[in-house]
Amino acid sequence: MGNVKRSPWLLHYDGSSCNGCDIEVLACLTPVYDAERFGIINTGDPMQADIFLITGGINKANQAVVKQLYDQMPRPKVVVAVGVCACTGGVFKECYNIIGGADTTIPVDIYVPGCAARPQAIIDGIVKAIDLWQAKADKMENVQKELNKLDKLEEKEKK
Amino acid sequence: MTYRIFGILAFLIFAPLLGGLLSGLDRKISARMQGRIGPSILQPFYDVRKLLSKQFIIVNPAQIFLVISFLATVIVTGGMFFGGSDILLCFFLLSTGATFLIFAACITNSPYSNLGASRELLQMMCYEPAVLLACIGFYLATGSFNVSDIIQADLPAIIKTPGFFVAFVFILTIKLRKSPFDLSTSHHPHQELVKGITTDMGAKTLALYEIAEWYEHVFLMGFVGLFFVCKNPWSYVVAVVAILATYFLEILIDNTSARVKWLTMFKLAWGVTLLIAGVNLIILMVLA
Repeated sequence: MGNVKRSPWLLHYDGSSCNGCDIEVLACLTPVYDAERFGIINTGDPMQADIFLITGGINKANQAVVKQLYDQMPRPKVVVAVGVCACTGGVFKECYNIIGGADTTIPVDIYVPGCAARPQAIIDGIVKAIDLWQAKADKMENVQKELNKLDKLEEKEKK
Repeated sequence: MTYRIFGILAFLIFAPLLGGLLSGLDRKISARMQGRIGPSILQPFYDVRKLLSKQFIIVNPAQIFLVISFLATVIVTGGMFFGGSDILLCFFLLSTGATFLIFAACITNSPYSNLGASRELLQMMCYEPAVLLACIGFYLATGSFNVSDIIQADLPAIIKTPGFFVAFVFILTIKLRKSPFDLSTSHHPHQELVKGITTDMGAKTLALYEIAEWYEHVFLMGFVGLFFVCKNPWSYVVAVVAILATYFLEILIDNTSARVKWLTMFKLAWGVTLLIAGVNLIILMVLA
C-alpha cells in the first residue's frame, strides 16, 4: 500500500478535561494553521479516524466510551494523549472519580505534556504520531504478506 | 455504435479520475476562499488509497453489498448516459442507486446514520421533481429523450429550456450534498449528525462510497453539459466552460451559506422548480 502518511484523519475526544487542552487542540486545527494542507481532517467519526487525540483523564463515566471509541477505529491507529491529565491524571489524579491517565484504559503511543499543552507541542505530537502511524501501516502490510505466504504454503501441503 | 461503446469506455475509465480531480479542486478552491493554502489537488486519491489499506471492520455484512450496489448502479447510469441512452431511464436508475445508499445507512444501529438516511429521503423528495421536469424540458426542446438525438439537435437545448436549467442547477446543490443543503451528510465535523449516512462506513466501504460519488458527480456534470451541446463541435467547448462555471458556483454557495432546516429546503426546492421550470414548461407547451 505504501505511503499512507498523506491523509491522517483525526478524532478528538474530550475525556474529563477542563477544556484548556481542547481549546488548544481546536486552535491547531482552525483555518489559521491550515492543517488540511497536510491532508489532516478533523473527523468526528471513529470509524474513519486514524489518529485519536484524547484530552483529560479517565473517569468512571467515560471509561467505557473511550474504550469503545478506540475499538471502533480500524487498524493502523495511533493514540495521542494531549495534556498532563491525559498523560497521568494531572491535578485530578487523587479525585475519587478519576481512574488516571488515558493509558489506564487504552494503549497510548505518544504523550504530549503541558497544562494546557502548547499548540507547538500538540503539532509536534501529531507529526510524531503520523510517522508512527506510517510505521504501523508498513508493519501491517508486512504481516499481511507473511500471512499470505503461509496460506500459500498450506495450500501446497494440502495438494 | 462505435461512438456509444467509446463513450461508455471513456466514462468507465476517466470518470473516477475526473471526479477525483473535481473533488480535489473543490477542496482547494474552498481553502483559497477561506484564505488557506489547502490540500493538494490529488488529496481525494490519497484518501481513497489510505482507506483501501485500512482494517475492514464489518458493522453489518449487508452494508458493503449495498454500497457496491450503489456504486454499480451509478456506473451503469453514467455508462448509459455517455453511451447515448434515454435520460429518463438514467435518472430512474440513479434513484435506485440512492435507495441502495439509504438502505446501507439504515441497516446499521447508529442513530446518526439512521438520521442521515431519513434526511436523504427528504432530499430525494426535494430534487426529484426538478430532475423529471428537466428531462421533459429536453423532450419538448429536441423531441427526444435520447442523449444521442439531443446532441444532434440544430440548436443547444438551453435556448428553449433556461428555466429547467436554473431549476436543475438549484437542486444540484442538494444532489451534491453541499451546504446549505448538506442535511444528510455533513462534511464539516462536530455537527449534530457526525457524518450522517456515512457515519458507520469506514475503510473499504467509505472508499467505495467516495468512488461512487466521483462517478455520480461526473454524470451530473455531464447532464449540465447536455444543456449546451448541439451539432456544432464548438458547443462542446461551451459545455465544458458551463460545467466549470456551474461547479464553481456550487463551491461558492457551499462556502457562503449555512445549513437550512429540511422544511426550508423543501419549500425552496419545490418553489424554484414549480415557478421557474413550471413557467418554462407552460411557455414551451403553448409554443408547441
